[in-house]
Amino acid sequence: MTAADDIRGRFPFLKNTVNGSRLSVYFDNAATSQKPDTVIDLADRMFRGLNANVHRAVHRLGAEVTDLYEAGREAAREFVNAVSREEIILTSGTTASINLLAYTFGERFINEGDVILLTEAEHHSNIVPWQMLALRKKARLMYLPVDERGVWRMDLLEGLMSSGRVRIVSAAHVSNVLGLVNPVGELVRTARKYGAYVHIDGAQGIVHSRVDVQALDCDFYSFSGHKVYAATGTGILYGKKGILEQLPPWMGGGDMVDTVTYGKTTYAPLPLKFEAGTQNVIGVATLAPALRFARSADTPEMEAYQRKIVEYMTEELHSVKGLRLYGDAPGKIPLFSFTVDGIHHSDIATLLDHFGFAVRSGLMCSEPLIGRFGQSGMVRASLLVYNTIEECSEFMAALRKAIRMLS
Amino acid sequence: MATIQEEQEKVIGEFAVFEDWMDKYEYLIDLGKSMPEIDGSAKTEDNLIKGCQSRVWLDYRLENGRLFFSADSDAIITKGIISLLIRVYDGRTPAEILASDFSFIDRIGLKEHLSPTRANGLVSMMARIMTIAKENA
Repeated sequence: MTAADDIRGRFPFLKNTVNGSRLSVYFDNAATSQKPDTVIDLADRMFRGLNANVHRAVHRLGAEVTDLYEAGREAAREFVNAVSREEIILTSGTTASINLLAYTFGERFINEGDVILLTEAEHHSNIVPWQMLALRKKARLMYLPVDERGVWRMDLLEGLMSSGRVRIVSAAHVSNVLGLVNPVGELVRTARKYGAYVHIDGAQGIVHSRVDVQALDCDFYSFSGHKVYAATGTGILYGKKGILEQLPPWMGGGDMVDTVTYGKTTYAPLPLKFEAGTQNVIGVATLAPALRFARSADTPEMEAYQRKIVEYMTEELHSVKGLRLYGDAPGKIPLFSFTVDGIHHSDIATLLDHFGFAVRSGLMCSEPLIGRFGQSGMVRASLLVYNTIEECSEFMAALRKAIRMLS
Repeated sequence: MATIQEEQEKVIGEFAVFEDWMDKYEYLIDLGKSMPEIDGSAKTEDNLIKGCQSRVWLDYRLENGRLFFSADSDAIITKGIISLLIRVYDGRTPAEILASDFSFIDRIGLKEHLSPTRANGLVSMMARIMTIAKENA
């Protein structure tokens, strides 16, 4: 038995789909991951016998649930090596993290004429909140271009940084379309020289690379729990404590306050200042087993296997006539977006679905980037640790069949 | 001329012979490919029905109280389904159209294409056929 087989055994979803079910292969992991047994068991155990609200109750049940909830936060802290729990803000996902950041950072630091620097290869979630901020504050957005392969044009970075008052740079660790690990370390160092803050959108990056926010030295890092095996509706905004303390609260309500009178309110200290209202208690608790699983699957053997998958898929996809692979450069995670000349992406995805393969197609919440490549959509196969070379081989056979039917 | 319902029954009968999904989709793909190209001038923003997955253009004209449709899509399977819709709905009076429904698409096993979340423009296209019929009733 290989390490991948061991891992597959941990996912009930994969057992369901071996026989009988129409869906046999799940290749839409960049959208969300399947859940390992420990995550499902904890959620089940909590729904059945450990359900209460957190941070409020005197009763023992409430205290026990609060411990499990805070253990989820601690797991996230440890996973990205943040200094303290105060630096881990719990949200509903990466999108919520970025909206929270864009609003609060914008209120505190963005003034008329300031520049917010993004890249051409961002998810809508790392574009729209900044556009909203730019409109509100009369700030300007600029974009670091990418080349034909989708690689950041680092040679243009200094020019952009010095062309205006760049207050914050917000960029994806790994693009959800291209699957390339971006040079975020170099980005942080350059931004620092110009006194700009840096936010990294780690929705995809957290899944496929080890993240150490202290070593990276970014000011903010966002990610979603559900893409790294935790329940949906879980997200994290990491921020350096010194900066988070300067940001105003965003949503007002329960749990985020210190004292409230009819006239005014003082706010709770970090991290609760940013966590108004009842949180996704059970979802957050699942971060602990989820991230433990992610760590346990991060072995040299699995890494070598993932590299083998990337090599295999890249070579196979290149051998298909008329197929264009995007993000075809070194440092690729097992995420493959492509188009086939003369064939519509939704037709390919529809047939692949019937062949039993779940892939993504369309704009992938990245309309500007896909438009930059002159396309109206792409097909994306994104893999995780439980996917195998055998599945890749079956996928390629199905893809070739689909293309034959559509040609 | 067969009624809308009779034409729908005919389509259902034709699809009943397919033994597996591949035959059915190969037929839809053929239908899509053999559909006449829509006139370029009809591919206007007004006629465009946007979906996240594929785009659909729908144009119509009213002649002697009957509606005639022409449509196109950038996706061939969508186009195949469109050609079935046009076959059933072309040359009908607004009253006939308003009295009908699109359940035959479900009955030929293409229900998944009717889900609004598929965002492939087909659902919006059907809604627009109904709107056009209402406006011209």
